[in-house]
Amino acid sequence: MQNNAIFINALRFLGLLLLQVLVLNNINFLGYINPYLYILFILIFPFTGNKSLLIGLSFLLGLSIDFFSDSGGVHAAASVFIAYLRPFLLKFSFGVSYEYNAIKLSKVTFSERLIYISLMVILHHLVLFSLEIFSVSRILLILKSTLFSGIFSIILILCSLVLFSRKT
Amino acid sequence: MVSSTNFFSGSLFEITSNINNYFHLKEQNEILADENSRLRNSLSTLKISEEIAPIIVDSTIGGFVYKGARVIKNSYSKTNNQLTINKGANDTIEVDMGVITSKGLVGIVNRVSANYGRIQSILNTNSQINAALKKSNHFGFLSWNGKNPNVVQLTEIPKLAPLQVGDTIITGGNSSIFPRGILVGRVENFSVSSEDTFIVDVKLFNDMTKLSHVYLIKNPNLIEIKNLEEANDNAE
Repeated sequence: MQNNAIFINALRFLGLLLLQVLVLNNINFLGYINPYLYILFILIFPFTGNKSLLIGLSFLLGLSIDFFSDSGGVHAAASVFIAYLRPFLLKFSFGVSYEYNAIKLSKVTFSERLIYISLMVILHHLVLFSLEIFSVSRILLILKSTLFSGIFSIILILCSLVLFSRKT
Repeated sequence: MVSSTNFFSGSLFEITSNINNYFHLKEQNEILADENSRLRNSLSTLKISEEIAPIIVDSTIGGFVYKGARVIKNSYSKTNNQLTINKGANDTIEVDMGVITSKGLVGIVNRVSANYGRIQSILNTNSQINAALKKSNHFGFLSWNGKNPNVVQLTEIPKLAPLQVGDTIITGGNSSIFPRGILVGRVENFSVSSEDTFIVDVKLFNDMTKLSHVYLIKNPNLIEIKNLEEANDNAE
């Protein structure tokens, strides 16, 4: 069972990395809107899993994306940021039931799931674009990119959750 | 440190661009045929002028050296865009070589590994490239405001320059990286900045979203020029 979980997460890590750098980074919808689906790895990492392991893996995933997109570390920073905040956001979105380790993302109500995913995505994108653009005078561009890329990412994440959820 | 010129990302991008290139073969062929006919035309005019007045060409002067490469990763939607090409230090590519296509300016090499090179695109808010008005030689600097990947900004053009919409912009030759006269783009519109100089929107001849084959320009005298410019002895 444990081995199985490690295998699935490793496969997901590699799959999302390749999908992001080979396909999604080239979408450039309306010139600049790209979804960042790879944070799905951080979103659905087992809720009972080791928190420091998740932060380490998020750093690795972000850094790998950085290597492919010549972005110098901004993805690593944004990924570590949301990996660190994940326990607080889980508690915020799912309330008490998170404390009993009794939730599954496929079992919660749609609105709770949407709140959790939106918060994670928007925070990640805000950090990402602030660091990438890194200029106060372009704050409008930062907010615009965060909003549009964020909506794109949220839709894509919701769709992939529906597509790949195992019916049990 | 973090760049796509390393072995893993470089070879992965090379494989995918090999596949991707098949879908643009026809388009690339037409671009090459266009360039060939243009070069043939200029060759024939050169031959005629040589017959009339033979020019003495000193091979040690000027002498920019051109090399071909292929873009394996393009990027144009960020504020600081970088491209990756499939040639590196093993193919004698060096940092500070200029990069162009047959249609115009692309950028400057800013990092090389053994087999891959990275180019700082003109679509990068840190880029500053010397460029001039073709008809009057007034020069300024090309930069980018991060908005439209087809339009760059030419700043510090003096206000007395006879500027018109539709004028051609070329590289100025004041930089030691690009020779004079490489095409950049056409003036789309212009305004006057707070320092009483023109800010010109230049529509690029290149489609930066569809780059494939590029040429790298090496100036063999670059080191000598740099040493000379950096020496700060006072003339006494």
